[in-house]
Amino acid sequence: MQYLLFINTSPDIDKTQPAEKEPMDIEDWVARMDARGVRKFGDRLQAAEDATTVRVRKGELLVTDGPFVEGKDYIAGIDIIECENLDEAIEIARLHPMATHGNVEIRPFWVWED
Amino acid sequence: MGGLAEEAVARAHREEWGRIVATLIRVTGDWTLAEDSAQDAFEQALARWGTDGVPSNPGAWLTTVAKNRAIDRLRRSATERAKLQEVMVMESQDDDELDDRLRLIFTCCHPALTLEARVALTLRTVAGLTTGEIARAFLVPEVTMAQRIVRAKAKIRNAGIPYRVPPGHLLGERLPGVLAVLYVLFTEGYSASSGDRLVREPLAEEAIRVTRLLALLMPDEPEVGGLLALMVLQHARRAGRTDAAGDPVSIEEQDRSAWDHEAIAEGVAILRAALRRHRVDTYQLQAVIAAEHATAPSWAQTDFRGIVRAYDDLARLDPSPVIAFNRAIAWGIAEGPEVGLHRLDLIADRLDGYYLLPAARADFLRRLGRRREAAEQYELALGLAPSEPETRFLERRLAEVTARE
Repeated sequence: MQYLLFINTSPDIDKTQPAEKEPMDIEDWVARMDARGVRKFGDRLQAAEDATTVRVRKGELLVTDGPFVEGKDYIAGIDIIECENLDEAIEIARLHPMATHGNVEIRPFWVWED
Repeated sequence: MGGLAEEAVARAHREEWGRIVATLIRVTGDWTLAEDSAQDAFEQALARWGTDGVPSNPGAWLTTVAKNRAIDRLRRSATERAKLQEVMVMESQDDDELDDRLRLIFTCCHPALTLEARVALTLRTVAGLTTGEIARAFLVPEVTMAQRIVRAKAKIRNAGIPYRVPPGHLLGERLPGVLAVLYVLFTEGYSASSGDRLVREPLAEEAIRVTRLLALLMPDEPEVGGLLALMVLQHARRAGRTDAAGDPVSIEEQDRSAWDHEAIAEGVAILRAALRRHRVDTYQLQAVIAAEHATAPSWAQTDFRGIVRAYDDLARLDPSPVIAFNRAIAWGIAEGPEVGLHRLDLIADRLDGYYLLPAARADFLRRLGRRREAAEQYELALGLAPSEPETRFLERRLAEVTARE
């Protein structure tokens, strides 16, 4: 199965509390998942304020500044992983430092019938 | 067509449905195919057993028919050749069958599904209830329930939820999710608070049956034993819980001879075995409380101090308002109604809108002879009471405290 991991910041993290300990830092995570052969691609993204959203309505182009949903949390990075099943994807995601400091959304890729 | 054959089909349905579906899902990976084929097999049994007689091994008969139906369905679909091979070699009585059912339970109760979806899917796939029956039990339209089940199956397929018992290192964090589903099933059937009682009582029995299966498969997990003991002990008192009109009877006034004492003994034995492992949890503590009530010869001879101790432990593990409420009641019974009222005052802000709060206050006030205040609380409770029988119970009490001396 192929999954896209959205690495998100979370507004629900209480910044006044000391940060929770992450299972490993991002360099370790990337090195480990690359070595396991499960991580196909991944990178960090510029902040949401640098996003540009494009829409075409009634043939007209609309370009707006910012992400498609306004909110305090935003997608900070993505990873594409390939692994056995959702349980393995959850195992991979829980080790990502942003699972501790934000959240990770796991999205299975669409499967095209042949 | 005799009633005997129908009875045999009904029994086989209870005992064999989950196993047949579980095995077919493992072999084909197709939930709908598995359920439809099992459904066909039971329909054939209903048509045939009356005239041909009940086969000596109903489970094997049903498995063979379901397997043949699955093969027929797969033959019609050219893209399913690989699965067809698998089904052809499937043994009719697989050694793996206990594991299959456990796989099915863990998959239906995967944490990536909502609790609602897990409960619905478990009832449909493991227990074999129809979508209509599940919808009636949870007071939702049948279309809604059908969508919920379809959605859950689609997520299992699309998100790649594995059909398996989680490996040892994940079992500890996955088991509570399964037990939570079984607990919801049981309490939905146990409390006649809303919905059709005729549909709800079998829910409790299904929950017990699936939990028994889990206990058989995981004998070293005291949490499972604790939950099973709790269910068996609660269910053993069902005959005393309502009167002839179906209205609730308080445990103080229940006819204890109507309780199922054999089941109580069994529940206590299961609980003792679980407690010996010294890994106490909320289910075991609730079972301890249920066992105190079930084994006391009378209300007056109940060990309420013991019950209070169990509630104190329980409140430490589970800080929920309902536990805090029950603990306050236990204190009031053990130490007197004034202590109970004081304890209820301390947690009242957490129980806003909960009809049992004024009902409990009313009961303590009634015992103190403060009849006017009791009447006020009964009125409050009546304004919040969820069901007809509970309303009648509260009205009877209200009439008692407002009657002339």
